[in-house]
Amino acid sequence: MVSALPDARGHFEDFGGKFVPEALWTALAQLEREFRSAMDDPGFGDELRRLLADYTGRPTPITVATRFAEHARPADGPAPLILLKREDLNHTGSHKINNVLGQALLTRRMGKTRVIAETGAGQHGVATATAAALFGLECTVYMGKVDTERQALNVARMRLLGAEVIAVESGTQTLKDAMNEAMRDWVASVDETHYLIGTVAGPHPFPLLVREFQRVISTEARAQVLQTYGRLPDAVAACVGGGSNALGIFADFIGDEGVALHGYEAGGDGVETGRHAATISAGSVGVLHGMRTFVLQDEDGQTKDSHSISAGLDYPGVGPEHSWLAATGRATYEAVTDTEAMEAFRLLTQTEGILPAIESAHGLAGALRLGRNLAPRPDGQPPIVLVNLSGRGDKDVDTAIQWFGVDTRGTGSESGRPVGTNLSDDPELDLTLDESGPASTTAVQL
Amino acid sequence: MTFDVGRSGGAFVAAKGEGRGALVGFLHVGYPDVPTSLDAMRALAGDGEGPGVDLVEVGLPYSDPMMDGVTVQRAGTRALQRGVRTRDAFAAVEAVAEAGTPAVVMTYWNLVEHYGADAFARDLAAAGGAGLITPDLTPDEAETWFEVSDAHGLDRVFLVSPSSTDDRLAETVAACRGWVYATSVMGVTGARAQSSTAAPGLVARIRDAEPDALAGVGLGVSTGAQAREIVAYADAAIVGSALVKTLLDAEDRGTPDDLTALRGLVAELARGVRGES
Repeated sequence: MVSALPDARGHFEDFGGKFVPEALWTALAQLEREFRSAMDDPGFGDELRRLLADYTGRPTPITVATRFAEHARPADGPAPLILLKREDLNHTGSHKINNVLGQALLTRRMGKTRVIAETGAGQHGVATATAAALFGLECTVYMGKVDTERQALNVARMRLLGAEVIAVESGTQTLKDAMNEAMRDWVASVDETHYLIGTVAGPHPFPLLVREFQRVISTEARAQVLQTYGRLPDAVAACVGGGSNALGIFADFIGDEGVALHGYEAGGDGVETGRHAATISAGSVGVLHGMRTFVLQDEDGQTKDSHSISAGLDYPGVGPEHSWLAATGRATYEAVTDTEAMEAFRLLTQTEGILPAIESAHGLAGALRLGRNLAPRPDGQPPIVLVNLSGRGDKDVDTAIQWFGVDTRGTGSESGRPVGTNLSDDPELDLTLDESGPASTTAVQL
Repeated sequence: MTFDVGRSGGAFVAAKGEGRGALVGFLHVGYPDVPTSLDAMRALAGDGEGPGVDLVEVGLPYSDPMMDGVTVQRAGTRALQRGVRTRDAFAAVEAVAEAGTPAVVMTYWNLVEHYGADAFARDLAAAGGAGLITPDLTPDEAETWFEVSDAHGLDRVFLVSPSSTDDRLAETVAACRGWVYATSVMGVTGARAQSSTAAPGLVARIRDAEPDALAGVGLGVSTGAQAREIVAYADAAIVGSALVKTLLDAEDRGTPDDLTALRGLVAELARGVRGES
């Protein structure tokens, strides 16, 4: 079942559309036809559901983050109930696989033999390389050169999976340039190649079909929360770069007026510094990558560089449906800085034993902020905040080592003399948590 | 149905009157810098002396040019790093128009929309510009562009592709004023050694849709011989990357102001469309 928007031209009212070279029109029309016929084909749905269950491991569980939620306790009320939708437990480590398997099935249905993808953090590239291996498709992944350096582990994973990884050196060498390069490849190779876009962005029908392939997140989560708690969550929170994990967890709640929807964009060094990727919070409406949406742009309309510690959120545009949800007021979007995100990363790791992707840590930081500011419920029950834990953080360990100054030397040495510092010895590097709250030197400033 | 040749198509008609094909040349405003780029465009136009191009395409660099190959990207990126602005495109158009050659701008839609589509059309027309080529705007999303191009009497040059269906091709040709940009291959800009096999068929399909339509063929054209081949079946040959490359090479040699190679290539291409190469 596909909802009313986008309309037949791919518009979410003022947003979306198809601003692409004529050379891609036929391919986009074919993709839309195949997608709509697949959605009406019970066999397609059955095969996708089987893959999501047997290969990906769906449904993903909901985890109650009780110790984490203590850090979101408002001054005068109960701590909220923070529920984590565990997309990090999917095969390949993030929600990206949901969309990739759907589009890989479409690729096969269209008779195409090659997929290309753009990737920022590498999660989508890894998921695409995985599906390509599973389906026997050729695979080329475009990744900004800067991102290949900060996400070297994922580059290695993609290559092991048999994909060709191309480091893009044009422009700012990040996700937006990877997308440009993938588009250029596609213009020249469209007969045999499907461009497997990883987020709810780009020209129609991508924002539609990626949302529908990610909708499973909220379909499951809504039922899980209702079954366990007998009511819907008070708020749903997710990080937003292009916005696929956020739309995935928003989709089935959009019609539930009592459920607040909150997207958290990458605030980088702080929106006021200009070094951020908070597209909706600080951008303006423009056309980028085939869609009309909020864009970070200068006074001439040239795209500005975005900045975030999280490669997956480091994108100066956003999916058009998010722009529409923001314009209509149905969802609200705020920025979370690198510092806030890394604090949430540390907190979740040390209170729940879950290492989140830095992308997801933006949503977690948002949930802490939200929890502290939610109005008490009339029935006195703690409010429920559902957070999409969209990916796991193994890929981010190097970034975390640098951010926190984690000592990677073992204790003990050949001479028997301990080397390396115990993290708690140095107040500047204190990663331990006092039960009463976060360690003072690295307190969460929200 | 007849085809409105507008202001830029007039250059194709005039060439036809001389019994030859037309030549369209692309360069960026702002590369290697704004003043030199204006000189380079005057050189494209033959400096008012020798034969030059019949129509200048003034490229306005954009940060995310998804139809541009590496050569055009490299020059465009440098122009942006050196501070080229949207308004510089109007100065370039004016310089070309003063040299007596018609000019159209080629750029991506966000820059037009951000300047204000009506203001852009107004300023382009005031500078003597003939119209706009829109690589990422098809008639489907062009309501505003239809309105303002009509209001300011500007040509609308849309692209057609070998992959365009007959229906889309007919609609696009009907939406064009001036001429139709036929992209000869599936791909982005850039010189190619092989001539396109798809282009003659594409031009024939344009004429099937509208017998009076004027068609220029671009993507991959770099030599006088290729230009000659193209105007045997099309109204104009469009050259971009090969011209841009002469400027990149000049800068790499440490002489960014040296337009000798540019003039040499323009002369070769001009001989080509006259059947002299």
